[in-house]
Amino acid sequence: MAEVSLRKVVKEYEGGVQAVKGIDLEIGDHEFVVLVGPSGCGKSTTLRMIAGLEDISGGEVWIGGDVVNDVPPRDRDIAMVFQNYALYPHMSVFENMAFGLKLRKFPKDEIQRRVSDAARMLDITPLLDRKPKALSGGQRQRVAMGRAIVRNPKVFLFDEPLSNLDAKLRVQMRTEIKKVHQLVPTTTVYVTHDQVEAMTLADRVVVMNQGIIEQVGAPQELYHNPATRFVAGFIGSPAMNFLPVSVIDDGGLKVQLANGTKLAVPPQKVDRYGPHKGKKMTLGIRPEHLTEVRSNEKAGVQHMVAPVDVVEPMGMETLVHFFIDGVAVCARVDPLTPARPNENLELSADMNNMHLIDDQTHKVV
Amino acid sequence: MSATTADAARARAASRAGSLERQRRWALWGSYAALSCFVVAFLTPPFYMIITSLKTSAEISAEKGNPWLVYTPTFDNFIELATSPSFQRYFLNSVWVTAMVVVISMAIAILAAFSLARMGFKGSQTIATGVFLTYLVPPSLLFIPLFQIVGFLNLLDNTWVLVLLFPTLAVPFCTWIMIGYFGSIPKELDEAALIDGASYMQILFQIFIPVALPGIIAATIFAFTVGWGAFLYPLAFLYKGEQLVLTVGIVSELIRGDVFAWGKIMAACVMGALPPILIYTFLMDYYIAGLTAGATKG
Repeated sequence: MAEVSLRKVVKEYEGGVQAVKGIDLEIGDHEFVVLVGPSGCGKSTTLRMIAGLEDISGGEVWIGGDVVNDVPPRDRDIAMVFQNYALYPHMSVFENMAFGLKLRKFPKDEIQRRVSDAARMLDITPLLDRKPKALSGGQRQRVAMGRAIVRNPKVFLFDEPLSNLDAKLRVQMRTEIKKVHQLVPTTTVYVTHDQVEAMTLADRVVVMNQGIIEQVGAPQELYHNPATRFVAGFIGSPAMNFLPVSVIDDGGLKVQLANGTKLAVPPQKVDRYGPHKGKKMTLGIRPEHLTEVRSNEKAGVQHMVAPVDVVEPMGMETLVHFFIDGVAVCARVDPLTPARPNENLELSADMNNMHLIDDQTHKVV
Repeated sequence: MSATTADAARARAASRAGSLERQRRWALWGSYAALSCFVVAFLTPPFYMIITSLKTSAEISAEKGNPWLVYTPTFDNFIELATSPSFQRYFLNSVWVTAMVVVISMAIAILAAFSLARMGFKGSQTIATGVFLTYLVPPSLLFIPLFQIVGFLNLLDNTWVLVLLFPTLAVPFCTWIMIGYFGSIPKELDEAALIDGASYMQILFQIFIPVALPGIIAATIFAFTVGWGAFLYPLAFLYKGEQLVLTVGIVSELIRGDVFAWGKIMAACVMGALPPILIYTFLMDYYIAGLTAGATKG
């Protein structure tokens, strides 16, 4: 078990392209941290630098209290699960799981015990004699996890392990990974581009973008208190709506949309947003905070009229898409709401959950 | 959609399907015709070789009868050759030279291909291209300068000269085949092994060689063919009977001036061709898999 620490870590490729631009991150013992972000944000490069598969151009990587910049992967006491499983195709499941232990000259009975224990935990005992090609995608990923678990390493690294699985299996394996971490609470760094995976698995989520860390926090914290426009837009599905507004004082602090609609800022946010009076900013509001008009609405809810463009019934909810002055907006309404394309729908905006974003700094104020 | 429109659409679909079927049939007929020409052109010489090897000298030189048929088949040519000490020596020399060439070429090619394909050092791409370019130089251009070198090394008229020279022909192509094969193995496999605690040599021997076996077999077959079938270098560098290999031994032993022992020559060719034929027959699938590995690199 170990802490992982990244201090001013830089990855620069030939030609001066920086994939990771001096990031700092502290990962606690037993913690499950997910690095999430779009393609090319530097999350996989960061993981590979922790693993020792990429040279570190600058800064320091610490594992378990030691700087490991120049330590080869095999001496870092880490285990990694890859997106395409990376099982040795000519070896049986048992041999795959035992390979690392054999190389480390573990006694045979110890290897047998560890592999059996891991196989039991992952429910792959009947598969131990099979070759990888005789396994399904989910089974292969379990074996890959088994190969990591038997080593009992200081740190588990997962590089988009569920991306090759179909949607149903992905959900199932996600639960299994969480269960395994509960049983074997090893420090884990997990990379994914799927924000749902990040939210469901992580103790803390690290949102990366263009080689920097945008925000680090617990899933709920990121969801409810995003630090930047990028995090606000990346976390949550459907994504948060962003509308250009003017902050005005019109018998109380309000934000005025491009179509003239004025929405009052709730009293508890007036102190926070007051200093921005007179500025053009961006209003961020999640689709679930734009709903049908309800009879028992709480304070801070404002009404607005939306010209419905597309209606997407999802079963337990319906997504209503419309435009406000050319900006696409999505609302999440009750499936019984009578929303039809090309008709107006009255919506409630829960301004208690509004965010204001500075257009210059892209920071949530 | 009305019934009439639906019927018309169905008729159009059926006509398209029929047209596709017709095209496929024509393509198949074309393929069979082309392949038949190829098979006839390719198999006629070996067929004639086998037929002639089964004839007596009298039947070969007889002016009557169809030369494509054997009237009094005999294995005398084979028996005489098999019991001839010089032919046995040529055969064993060929076996020894080929075995050495295969072992040396594959050892070099596997190590070179692994380092060029996987170790990602500066200039590896250029070196890989350079290795392949050396394969494009015709051996017939090289044997005169090589003669100087071999003479300097005092290896003329010694089978070791072939053990030294044949790998220069086999290694570039074998390395190229192996680079393609190693390149098709997912990078994550060596990364997983590195994290599991393997050294590069352990990765090569415990992961890459077993996984790339079809490629290794393909390269081995190529090295074998180079060692077994080469004619020019043995002809240029070997003279004495006890040092000769099969390809030049047949020529020097069975052609005396303008006297050609055709029956024995053909029998010797059949016996000489047998090992490659057997090897290709049993390992053909691996050979094809090895040569096409780079094509499906994903």
